[in-house]
Formats: sequence, C-alpha cells, structure tokens
Amino acid sequence: MTFLETQGLTAHYGDFQALFGVDIRLEPGETVAIIGANGAGKTSLMRSLTGVLQNAPGQILHKQEKIGHLPPDTVMKRGIAMVPEGRRLFPSLTVEENLIIGGQHKGGADLGDRIGSWLARLTGSSGPMDVAACRDGSGYWTLDTVYALFPVLHERRHTPGTALSGGQQQMVAIGRALMSNPEILLCDEISLGLAPVVIRDIYAALPLIKDSGASLIVVEQDISQALRVADRVYCMMEGRITLSGRPSEISREDIHTAYFGAAA
Amino acid sequence: MIWIDTIVQGILLGGLYALFAAGLSLVFGIMRLVNLAHGDLIVLGSYLILLLVSALGLHPFAAVLVAMPAMFLLGWSLQKLVLNRALGEDILPPLLVTFGLSIVIQNALQESFSADSQRVSAGALETASVSLGPVTAGVMPLLTFGSAILVILALNHLFYRTAIGRAFRATSDDAVTAGLMGIRPDRVFALATAIAMLVVTIAALYLGTRSNFDPSIGPARLIYAFEAVIIGGLGSLWGTLAGGVVIGVAQTLGAAINPEWQILAGHVAFLIVLLIRPRGLFPREA
Ligand SMILES: Nc1ncnc2c1ncn2[C@@H]1O[C@H](COP(=O)(O)OP(=O)(O)OP(=O)(O)O)[C@@H](O)[C@H]1O
Ligand SMILES: [Mg+2]
Repeated sequence: MTFLETQGLTAHYGDFQALFGVDIRLEPGETVAIIGANGAGKTSLMRSLTGVLQNAPGQILHKQEKIGHLPPDTVMKRGIAMVPEGRRLFPSLTVEENLIIGGQHKGGADLGDRIGSWLARLTGSSGPMDVAACRDGSGYWTLDTVYALFPVLHERRHTPGTALSGGQQQMVAIGRALMSNPEILLCDEISLGLAPVVIRDIYAALPLIKDSGASLIVVEQDISQALRVADRVYCMMEGRITLSGRPSEISREDIHTAYFGAAA
Repeated sequence: MIWIDTIVQGILLGGLYALFAAGLSLVFGIMRLVNLAHGDLIVLGSYLILLLVSALGLHPFAAVLVAMPAMFLLGWSLQKLVLNRALGEDILPPLLVTFGLSIVIQNALQESFSADSQRVSAGALETASVSLGPVTAGVMPLLTFGSAILVILALNHLFYRTAIGRAFRATSDDAVTAGLMGIRPDRVFALATAIAMLVVTIAALYLGTRSNFDPSIGPARLIYAFEAVIIGGLGSLWGTLAGGVVIGVAQTLGAAINPEWQILAGHVAFLIVLLIRPRGLFPREA
C-alpha cells in the first residue's frame, strides 16, 4: 500500500499550467527529496499535495484514498503538514503562539497529544535525546519537545515570530508544522537564504523528526544536501519529473541533464 | 464648570460611538472587509429589541439578551452565505454587496415598521442620574460607557488570550497559511462576523434607548463608527474608544457653542486628527 502518491498530477494558476502529469510516491518512513531549478514546479507540487491548489480527486492518493480535491485544513487533519516556502510565520503571533496554532486545530488528536505529553513528563522522559524512543509518532510533538529540539526558540518564545533571525524563523516554521504530529512532513526549501552553519543545524533536526515517526518530502535546491538526506530523489524541470532514483543509483551527469535539460 | 460638565457628557457619548465602531473594527481587522451595512445592522438590532420589548413586554436589558443569539446567527449566516463569496483579492465586490445590503435593510425596515421614528423606553433609568462631584451624569450614558469598556476588554481578551483569537489573528495575517494549520478561514470569518453582531446588539440597545431612530439613520452611525476607528488607528480597540471620545467631546463642545454645530464639530475633529496623525492616534506598529 502506497502511503502518498500522485498520479498524472497537473496544476494550474489560471491559464498557466505549472505541472504536467507528475508521478511521485512516498513510502512510510522514507525521506524523498525533490530537486529542480527555479520555476521547475516544486512549490506547485507541494501546494497541490497540501490542497492549497485544488486538483482532480484521483490525482493524489493518501493511504489509497483520493484526496486531490480536499481543502488544506482537511489534508492537514489527515496528518500531512507543510513547512511552506518562505516560512510564512504569522506576524501577529509570538513564537509560542505560532507553535501552538500548528497543533491547535488537529481536532481529535488533541487529547492524545496531551496524554502523550503527560506521560512523557510523568516518566521524566521529555529530554531531547528521547526522540528516538517515540517511534510510533502519535502525539510526540508538544511545546516541550519542540523547544528541546530548538532550544533557542524557548528563550525567544514571547517575541513576535517575525522578529527572529531567518534561521530561527525556519525553526519556528518547522516546529509549527511538527506540532500537529504529522505522519508526513513537507519541507519547501528550508535552507533558502540561510548561512551554511544554520543550514547544518536545521538539517541536523531531520533525523530526529524522522525518528518521531514522520515521513518526509524535502524540496531542496542544494543538490548535495538533497542527496545526503534522501532515500530517493526526484528531479523536476518545467513541471515534469525528469529523473528519479536512489542517490547511490544516479550519476552527476544524469542529474545535470535532468536539472538543466539535455541542451545544457 | 459648565465646560467640565460638557466634556464629561462628550466622553460618555464617546462610549456610544465606540460601541458603534467596535464591531466594524473587529470585522475589518480580521478580514479586511468594510461593512457598509454596519450602521443599518445596528438599526435592525434596535428594531428587534423594540419588537421584543413591545411584543413580549421585556425590559430592554432583558430583550438584548434574547436578541443576541438571533443576531449572532444572523451574522454567521450573512458571512457564510453572502459575504464570504464576495471576499477576495478585489476589495470592490464586498463594498458593493454590503452597500446593497444596507439598502435592503433600510427598505425592509421601512416596509415593516414605517418611516416613523421610534424609541425604546428604558423606564426610570432614562432619567436617573448620579452626581460625581461637580458634574451630574445620566445613568444611561454611564452604562453605555461602561458597556463600551467591558466590550473592549472582552474583545481584547478573546483576541489575545484565547485559541479562537489566535486563529483570528493568524487568519488575518495569512489565510492560506492558516489553512495549512487546519483552520478554515470561511468559518473563522463567519465566527468573527457573528461576534461582531453581538457587539452590534449592545450598540443597538443604547442607540434605541438613548435617542429616536428610524430606518434611515444607519449610514450616519456608520460614519461615526468609521471616524472613531480611523481616529483611534486601525487595529487598536482602545484607540477606537479614544476615537469615539474625540468625536463625542467635539460634538458636545460644538453643541454647547451652537446647537447646529454638533454634528459638524465631530467631523471637523476627525479631519483635524487625520491631518495631524494620518495613521490615527494609536496605530498598530508595522
Ligand atoms: N501564484 C502564481 N501565479 C501564477 N504562476 C505561478 C504562481 N506561482 C508559481 N507560478 C509559476 O509556476 C511555475 C512553477 O513555479 P513554482 O513556484 O512551483 O516553482 P519552484 O520549483 O518552486 O521554483 P523556486 O525554486 O523558485 O521556488 C513557474 O513558472 C511560476 O512562474
Ligand atoms: Mg519554490
């Protein structure tokens, strides 16, 4: 059974077509990277997966169910969360409020979340090193565990989210998405515009996030970064998938051709 | 002494204008919707209270409690069925729709209640007054001002201290990203308008009990509300109260000099504030 899958996915902005029959899939526990040049359609793919762009129902399947037509809030409640391109924190909300709002509308999951965090506290097991201990993932992420993952956010929790540095804002955006305890986390260019050390810190969080039970799709322009974290890679160009495979199976030349086209 | 008395009356009148304005400010703040029917909705509320008072023999303060759920539902449905469809990138459709709604409400009220002016009687409260040192203040104006403060405290609490308020602010910042957080902007907007209608009902109580009203006076209340919001600075409810007070004081001072200047003085004060502080007295930063 495929976890998340697109079949002949198309996407439009008015008359402009951004995606032309995209087929990708994500298996449980996998990290899939999407690479491609500016304008290739990576963000459009993420927007389609999360329901921001509407599609025909059968173009996106989640656990065998057609979800292409569902609105973002419904998709999110199915356990698919996104760290959007450009972070898009809520300026009127503090860091902590930005985090809380990520989990506040999960609906039925709230009680489970709370019980999970009480248990973690009772057993004294809410330190950063215990991420791996919570592999089932349901309800692992709370304010405490997000702060444990990104301690700097705890210090700044009462400042407006947009008053932080770019890297810290990215941490808030990631934490906000985690607060819903997603089974699938989509990250759209989480390293964009950040210094290498900051990128390293943020990517260091990905294994912990995986261990909490989330499968990941990361959109990344930095090819070597993508190859390092991903189990499988898709390369996009002009709204189509031009290459896919395991990092060990695809060569630099393949990627170059898929990325820039055969003429390059 | 007469001046102090005049100023106090003006401040208390400002409470009424703040009540007119708070609902408008709430809706504009959350969905950038300028509701041109806001004044008419207040008048509609006054007629509803009048109906409850005359048909059921309720005291106006009891009638307002009955009217509130009805107005809440009206606000919810209005937003859900009509206004949400008009919202979008373009700001013109909501203006046209609410302008049309304003006319519909005025005509419907005229058909049902005639163009005659009406008044809701608050009984002995109307003439009751208390002396505060050198000045004497009516109980109704004091209740109005007190209600305005309570409404603002309640709205601020809702906005900044509750999960609903968080969703309001997030949706107002960025409705698309709010959707990614599991929030349904259309429902947030419906709830916001429904809550604004609760404030409208309170405003309607004081509009109906403190002066005569008829189906055509909505637009003028809308103007006062607008002026209060803009003087106070968009996004600040305490600013809106301050804006109401500025207009109220200007009106009573104007009237004290020459009774014909009452309305004019309020508008002049608005223009002066706008000239000196184009973004209002208490603009929200950035
Ligand atoms: N809101 C929009 N309206 C119209 N066209 C759009 C819109 N957003 C994106 N596009 C177009 O769709 C195509 C794909 O854009 P998309 O943002 O998906 O690319 P991307 O791979 O994410 O690029 P980048 O690496 O720059 O983020 C581009 O040609 C872009 O111009
Ligand atoms: Mg993009």
